[in-house]
Amino acid sequence: MHSIVLIKQVPQTSDVQMDKETGTMIRSGSTSILNPLDVYALETALQIKDRNGGRVTVITMGPASAVKVLKEAIAMGCDDVYHLNDRAFAGSDTWATSYVLAKAIEKIGIPDLVITGERATDGDTAQVGPAVASWLDLPVLTYVASIENLTSDSLIVERLIEEGYQRVQSPLPALLTVVKEIAEPRLPTLRGKKRAMATNIVTWSASDLDADQAFMGLRGSPTRVVKIATPKVSRQCRMVKVEDDDSLIEAVDQLFTFLEERDLLGGLNA
Amino acid sequence: MHEVWTISECHQGRVKDVSYELLARGRSLADTLKVRLGTVVIGSNINTDDVKQLAYQGADILYLADDPSLSSFVCGRYAALLLKLISEKKPQIIIAAATTSGRTLMPYVAVKAHAGLTADCTELAIEEGTENLLQTRPAIGGNIMATIKTPGHRPQMATVRPRSTKPLAAQHDRPFVVEEVPVAPRSEKSSVEVLGLRGLEGQSGSIEEADIVIAGGKGLKKRDNFVLIERLAKAFGAEVGASRDAVDRGWVSYPHQVGLSGKTISPRLYLAAGISGAIQHLAGIKTAKCIVAINNDEQANILGLADFAIIGDLFQVLPEIEKRLEQRRKA
Ligand SMILES: Cc1cc2nc3c(=O)[nH]c(=O)nc-3n(C[C@H](O)[C@H](O)[C@H](O)COP(=O)(O)OP(=O)(O)OC[C@H]3O[C@@H](n4cnc5c(N)ncnc54)[C@H](O)[C@@H]3O)c2cc1C
Ligand SMILES: Cc1cc2nc3c(=O)[nH]c(=O)nc-3n(C[C@H](O)[C@H](O)[C@H](O)COP(=O)(O)OP(=O)(O)OC[C@H]3O[C@@H](n4cnc5c(N)ncnc54)[C@H](O)[C@@H]3O)c2cc1C
Repeated sequence: MHSIVLIKQVPQTSDVQMDKETGTMIRSGSTSILNPLDVYALETALQIKDRNGGRVTVITMGPASAVKVLKEAIAMGCDDVYHLNDRAFAGSDTWATSYVLAKAIEKIGIPDLVITGERATDGDTAQVGPAVASWLDLPVLTYVASIENLTSDSLIVERLIEEGYQRVQSPLPALLTVVKEIAEPRLPTLRGKKRAMATNIVTWSASDLDADQAFMGLRGSPTRVVKIATPKVSRQCRMVKVEDDDSLIEAVDQLFTFLEERDLLGGLNA
Repeated sequence: MHEVWTISECHQGRVKDVSYELLARGRSLADTLKVRLGTVVIGSNINTDDVKQLAYQGADILYLADDPSLSSFVCGRYAALLLKLISEKKPQIIIAAATTSGRTLMPYVAVKAHAGLTADCTELAIEEGTENLLQTRPAIGGNIMATIKTPGHRPQMATVRPRSTKPLAAQHDRPFVVEEVPVAPRSEKSSVEVLGLRGLEGQSGSIEEADIVIAGGKGLKKRDNFVLIERLAKAFGAEVGASRDAVDRGWVSYPHQVGLSGKTISPRLYLAAGISGAIQHLAGIKTAKCIVAINNDEQANILGLADFAIIGDLFQVLPEIEKRLEQRRKA
């Protein structure tokens, strides 16, 4: 079983604090990390390899620093990694990003499974997975929470949708986007870390791909970001303190008045 | 004149609420552009009253694709149908809901239609002069708002965050047209099959669709105490939400998790008890209409986003709120 996992490098937000006045993020430095939702995609592929044998290949498209996330993937146990790095890729929207990723997958050879994270925490569109599937004409199963009955030519998954868990059967090859629930990510091993140091990372530029450069980067992107604004936190917090029984009654009274003012108890009998 | 379209979602033959919200968005765009508003309704055994309701609430023309093969969302099947319709009718704008199916169908279709797609928009407007669609969306955990347009490509496509608009009032005398969309027999060779649906445990609906979400975090201290949240949710007629810490401790299952690695929700009321408001949690509730926090720490981060806060011990406060709700019910 061959899986190709797509991973992205994103700005770190875990040690970020909110500025309560402006509602903006206070970034402590600007370190980049592996998209936190992509570790679940990596873990899914590694568990499939543990059970069914085969290989896990990882691709990222990004600047030179993105090599770091590929090393993390090797340290976890992935086999081959590819870095797509070229100025021609810069400024790609999801349409162009998915085109470049699909071309790289074609060059490597269509695997049994392509696996992506649910979404990246910066651009936050969740569009790249289904878009890659479209370029490659693969069936796409999104929001996958578990996999069962994986055979050489089909699988059954449960997708977490609004109404519950939907069971779906699909032929292979297929593309999956996975949610956090699917697996408990393993930690990198010492052996893996050593291998990561030694592994030669393959870098492909635009000309290494059999691809039309007019479909890449800012030029190839249908969407344009025309404005970025920081929303002001307009919320005025009304705060009441509870110290004893009386202030407890008083606080809950005030809460109910507040909820009534906003018509938030409408459905409940007064 | 090229139409504006919405995608109406169905579940088991009934049109989902979010479809009416989309019509309210679509109506104002179509009126500004002075074109017809169409809606593409895909499903099986679609309720005929619901179809009329779509017209009463804004649609001028209904493209109805009703076939047993469309009973559940299968991306490839829905996409083939939509792509054919796009190439025949050439709409200038298509909006769908930012639901699990909308966020799957739209990027798949956008690639093949060579169209730009903006995700999870909270505002849509027509730019004066150019008539381009201005699409505004939260990104980076809701910390910025980006406005995006697609000047050189048609259709302009966007998904819209559920619950970010109110549906229009029904107008029973609105004229409308229904056009049946022929559905191609399905090809057996590469078929994705939906085998069934397992409901979410202890939940009547999903937190994404709930009006009110009552959420608990690590401040509840142990599993047994989490019933305080469950009981309060019941008293409010609400769904249960949770922080990642509560989910990771096994107090409540993953579909309840709110935040960066869980769900992004926009309920009318979000009540968070014993949740500190880490940035990853707040990412999931930035577009909630009203946030109430119950926390014993005056410095808790969540207070920066809350509209109302009770600073106190949740073990006293939650039962008191529940008691008060019960009294109202009996009164
Ligand atoms: C503020 C802002 C708003 C944006 N809004 C839009 C928009 O509405 N529409 C649009 O088309 N573009 C948009 N973009 C551009 C978009 O973020 C980039 O195209 C980005 O490279 C991929 O999209 P994403 O971060 O949303 O990834 P997602 O689609 O959320 O990522 C899903 C999964 O795809 C895989 N993946 C994503 N990117 C890569 C990569 N570079 N290499 C390998 N795997 C990857 C990962 O597995 C990831 O978990 C926006 C960018 C910014 C900064
Ligand atoms: C990549 C990544 C993704 C993440 N994704 C998510 C996500 O999707 N959702 C999420 O929630 N978190 C997420 N997190 C985790 C997040 O950073 C926090 O760790 C988590 O939200 C904390 O949960 P909590 O608020 O329940 O617990 P704590 O931060 O421990 O907060 C408990 C709160 O309870 C209060 N409290 C304690 N006792 C009482 C009492 N008796 N009465 C009243 N108040 C009391 C305390 O004052 C405190 O504010 C993510 C983290 C990372 C790194």
